[in-house]
Amino acid sequence: MRIKNSFLWLALICGLLVLGFILFPLLRLLTAPDPEQMGEALRDVTVRKAIWLSVHTAGLAALISLLLGTPLAYILARKRFPGKSLVESVIDLPIVIPHPVVGIAILSVVGRNFWLGRILHEIGIRIMGSVTGIVVVLVFVAIPFYINAAKNGFEAVPSRLENVSRSLGASLPATFFRITLPLASRSILSGFIMSMARALSEFGAVVVVAYHPMVAPVLIYERFEGYGLKYSQPVAVWFILVCLILFLILRVITADRKTRLSKGAEI
Amino acid sequence: MIRLEELSVEAGDFTLRDISLEVAEGEFFVVMGPTGAGKTMLLESIAGLISPLSGRIIVDERDITGLSPEERGITIVYQDCSLFPHLSVLDNIRYGLRYHRTAMSRWHLDDLISVLDLESLLDRYPPSLSGGESQRVALARALAVKPSILLLDEPLNALDPAFRGEIQTMLKRLHNQTGITFLMVTHDFNEALALARCGAVLNQGRIEQAGEIEDLFKKPRSKFVATFVGIRNLFRAEFRETRARVNGLSIETGRRLDQSDGYLAIRPEDIVLSRHQIASSMRNSFSGEIIAIERRGMFYEVTVQCGELILRSLITRGALEELELTLGKMICFSFKATAVHTF
Repeated sequence: MRIKNSFLWLALICGLLVLGFILFPLLRLLTAPDPEQMGEALRDVTVRKAIWLSVHTAGLAALISLLLGTPLAYILARKRFPGKSLVESVIDLPIVIPHPVVGIAILSVVGRNFWLGRILHEIGIRIMGSVTGIVVVLVFVAIPFYINAAKNGFEAVPSRLENVSRSLGASLPATFFRITLPLASRSILSGFIMSMARALSEFGAVVVVAYHPMVAPVLIYERFEGYGLKYSQPVAVWFILVCLILFLILRVITADRKTRLSKGAEI
Repeated sequence: MIRLEELSVEAGDFTLRDISLEVAEGEFFVVMGPTGAGKTMLLESIAGLISPLSGRIIVDERDITGLSPEERGITIVYQDCSLFPHLSVLDNIRYGLRYHRTAMSRWHLDDLISVLDLESLLDRYPPSLSGGESQRVALARALAVKPSILLLDEPLNALDPAFRGEIQTMLKRLHNQTGITFLMVTHDFNEALALARCGAVLNQGRIEQAGEIEDLFKKPRSKFVATFVGIRNLFRAEFRETRARVNGLSIETGRRLDQSDGYLAIRPEDIVLSRHQIASSMRNSFSGEIIAIERRGMFYEVTVQCGELILRSLITRGALEELELTLGKMICFSFKATAVHTF
């Protein structure tokens, strides 16, 4: 009994430490700038443009991850094939590679001294220093998060439900859209949120490929480097607030679905 | 009609080898076997959900081995029902209709719903249903598309014993009313006895014996089938002319035996116990000592030792009291020659 109690106390203390460690710097950051500085940052068109660029490129990257990643996630969840674990390791690679290296790797295939870069140049697609480039980088870093979440979601749908659907006359695609996708939709949504969050926070890879146009993390870094802590804080706060509100909205959407489904399960 | 021709299937740890089986049109056929015999796999192969390594599946003289599940017109009801949790009961039942436009005219959905007593459940969602209710919805969903064959994967297994009888009756009624071929797998021999006329016993991926249930029950052709159908009196025996020798006892079988040795099986309910030798047509009559009396559900199993032979008899409570059976008591036991099965 005593051992159990002291263990619980230890767990509690560690928990509080972790929470404090996360919350303390963030709360301090949020309260550092005064309202006047906050207002000034908001009136600054550069700030507004950078935050909007961050949000919409990250959203786009998450959307592309969803469209490209869903079929692959489904196959990984359902099929067994030789080399599957290799494919899974490849998908996880962007998570473990240092961010600036990601940027450099992407530049090395889209540069004009490489054939792919020359083709892109021929058809007029610019990666270096462009919004397209930012989205490409963000997809690279975000897609593993989406695929893993979606894969877990598909795995949780019993394949017997698909079997029954097929035997009732539904083709494989019809089964996917009527059974599998709706039942995995929560995981797909949370995968979308995860990958968008990952894309919003990316700095190292973006700064290599596109310093301009400036996404919010790059702008914050530039202001910090050029003018110091005080000048970067209001931008950082606005960026955090926008992200938090965004995720709150997305969470509310997913939580709605969750309660509806679990309500069904509990009656 | 379904005909399986030397069907071999492999998936994961399970294999089916050279399964040949014929199920007549409109039959209620039961495949029995212990857990892990490959019963579900057999159903999934017939439904087209697993591709066989070799062999053919013929339905109504058409080779369907290469067809995809949705082209076969064969539906499946799993033990866990596998209802679609995000769809209401009605939407579950109607799920397959859009792919079977002609099915509706012949089989009215309303009839099906009322036969299965589902009117009050239509707006509910599957997670809120009881086991018996789920099973009825799953049956309705599978029958709504008017399949040529309905596959049932231990439909009664997950149910409370109280519901089991109810669903069993319902299955029988549905089978009679629809005329659809039912192919059910189960590990419970009693279920097979209650529902089907014909069946097969599957063991470790092979068909041990197929035929009328009555024959499986009375004339098993292997030790496995004999044990599976509950024949507790099973002995190795030497045969000479019409008699079999088991542990020093000579038993009359009433027919010429061609083999020189084999197995001898007597169903425990065919062994009659009495206090004195009874004058009757029973050709085999012996006496022995009672060494055990055990309750088996509604009946009592009395174990009698006669020399080295140990026999079990199944009797009612009434008989137990009337004969005043107690441990150690000497008792006469007799059985007809026709009750003796040899293989």
